[in-house]
Amino acid sequence: MVAMRAVSKTFPNGTQALCRLDLDVYEGEFLSLIGPSGCGKSTALRLLAGLTEPSSGEIAWHGDPPEVGFVFQEPTLMPWASVFDNVFLPLRLRKVARRAATPRVEEALARVGLAKFMTAYPRELSGGMKMRVSIARALVLRPKLLLMDEPFAALDEITRFRLNDDLVGLAAELGTTVVFVTHSVYESVYLSTRIVVMASRPGRIVEAIPVPGPAKRTEEFRTTPLYNETCRRASQALHAAMAAEDHL
Amino acid sequence: MSALGPAESLAAPSEAAPGRAWRRLKPHRLIEIVLPLAMFCVALAIWEAIVRINQIPPYILPAPSLIGATLVKDWGVLSASLVVTLKTTVVALVLATLGSVALAVLFAQSKWIERSFFPFAVVMQVTPIVSIAPLLLIYLESSTAVLVCAFLVAFFPILSNTSLGLASADHGLIELMDLYRASRRQQFLYLRLPSALPYFLGGLRIGGGLALIGAIVAEIAAGSAGKGSGLAFRIVEAGFRLNIPRMFAALALISLTGILIYVTFTLLTYLMLHRWHDSARTRGS
Repeated sequence: MVAMRAVSKTFPNGTQALCRLDLDVYEGEFLSLIGPSGCGKSTALRLLAGLTEPSSGEIAWHGDPPEVGFVFQEPTLMPWASVFDNVFLPLRLRKVARRAATPRVEEALARVGLAKFMTAYPRELSGGMKMRVSIARALVLRPKLLLMDEPFAALDEITRFRLNDDLVGLAAELGTTVVFVTHSVYESVYLSTRIVVMASRPGRIVEAIPVPGPAKRTEEFRTTPLYNETCRRASQALHAAMAAEDHL
Repeated sequence: MSALGPAESLAAPSEAAPGRAWRRLKPHRLIEIVLPLAMFCVALAIWEAIVRINQIPPYILPAPSLIGATLVKDWGVLSASLVVTLKTTVVALVLATLGSVALAVLFAQSKWIERSFFPFAVVMQVTPIVSIAPLLLIYLESSTAVLVCAFLVAFFPILSNTSLGLASADHGLIELMDLYRASRRQQFLYLRLPSALPYFLGGLRIGGGLALIGAIVAEIAAGSAGKGSGLAFRIVEAGFRLNIPRMFAALALISLTGILIYVTFTLLTYLMLHRWHDSARTRGS
């Protein structure tokens, strides 16, 4: 779907976030980027979203750049707007009339299980529900590519597991390509079809691990030998990446 | 996700919550109103008692009952002055609000405009209004001068608060706007304006109080020049005549005006923010 070739990103303060990164994202995959803090995984995501420009290298889309949805680490909802209006925002910015947008907003909210909360305000919702609203907002334009930047990092484990399950279901249902940034090895193995492990200073890819599990993951997948084996492999790669950093 | 209900639906549905909260809070609210009122009455009673027991003459300290009686007796003069002061304050505040919001929006368009003009606004603010009033009284007709004074003091807090508000939109939301390629106009309308609302209302509350102070100060300055007919002028005039009860009566009306302004804007803030902003939130909701 997209190929990043020799992409480097240096911030104005001189920090090199990414150094000659080569990364392909394939249609329909669920790709996780894991790595220690400062390895540039968020930067890679922001480059894909067009929120920032690479210092050098190129990002080549297969065909026209697709519609992209982005879920931030925080729910980033507008506190003054109802759940409906928050999800309506991307359509509103595209100048879609409210009436024409209503079924699409309702559908997106129904997909995340919040159909009954359209008139609620963000502060009336729990952390997990706010994140669901954020996901609904990212989905309302029916993006081909969904980028998620540690979306569940601030949530408790129970909520996180539930949202993981729901996300797997959604991605399968919609056939959306997902690039997911996380700190958690277990989360990445559970969700992904492919994991890319990154190391920091400068940000680079150290290993790519395919996860040949079933297309639709369920709780059972967490107990299979394949899951355990992949977790071990990913952990080792991550530790190697972090150890390399300690020597510097 | 499709089949699941809201997984962690701990929050109550929005419609039911406020009603229930109100009913639960009601006895508490009642005490909140009754207690200060009772204290106020007690203070008045003590005042009355002190004046009567010590037989303090009214030209030194009038009893509250006498002030009340004066208020009724002089209502014709005092109410006319009240209308003048109130009108000055309101017109000044409306003009200050329109002007400062327009200027804040202009400042938000470009850093350079802001940097060129902001110092002027600061100079206007830090120069004590009492010192400008005599000058204004020379240049302008006295009622206009009073209006300009009230306008000047109310202008700055609204301007600086609104400017701050327009500049403090959430960074995540700005990124979101960028992601969806929102135009400048859209970003302003959907993000910066609503973000600025709580700040603007805070400025309005300060500006409202200050407009009254500005009007009073200017009236005193004008009154000493033998002109004007606002409440502050009544105080000065009654002072010359040693009509102390009337001074107190006019003072009470000024206080009431201030309270009225405060209550109005507190209510307005509550109505506009209570559904989403932390400042208007009751604890535990």
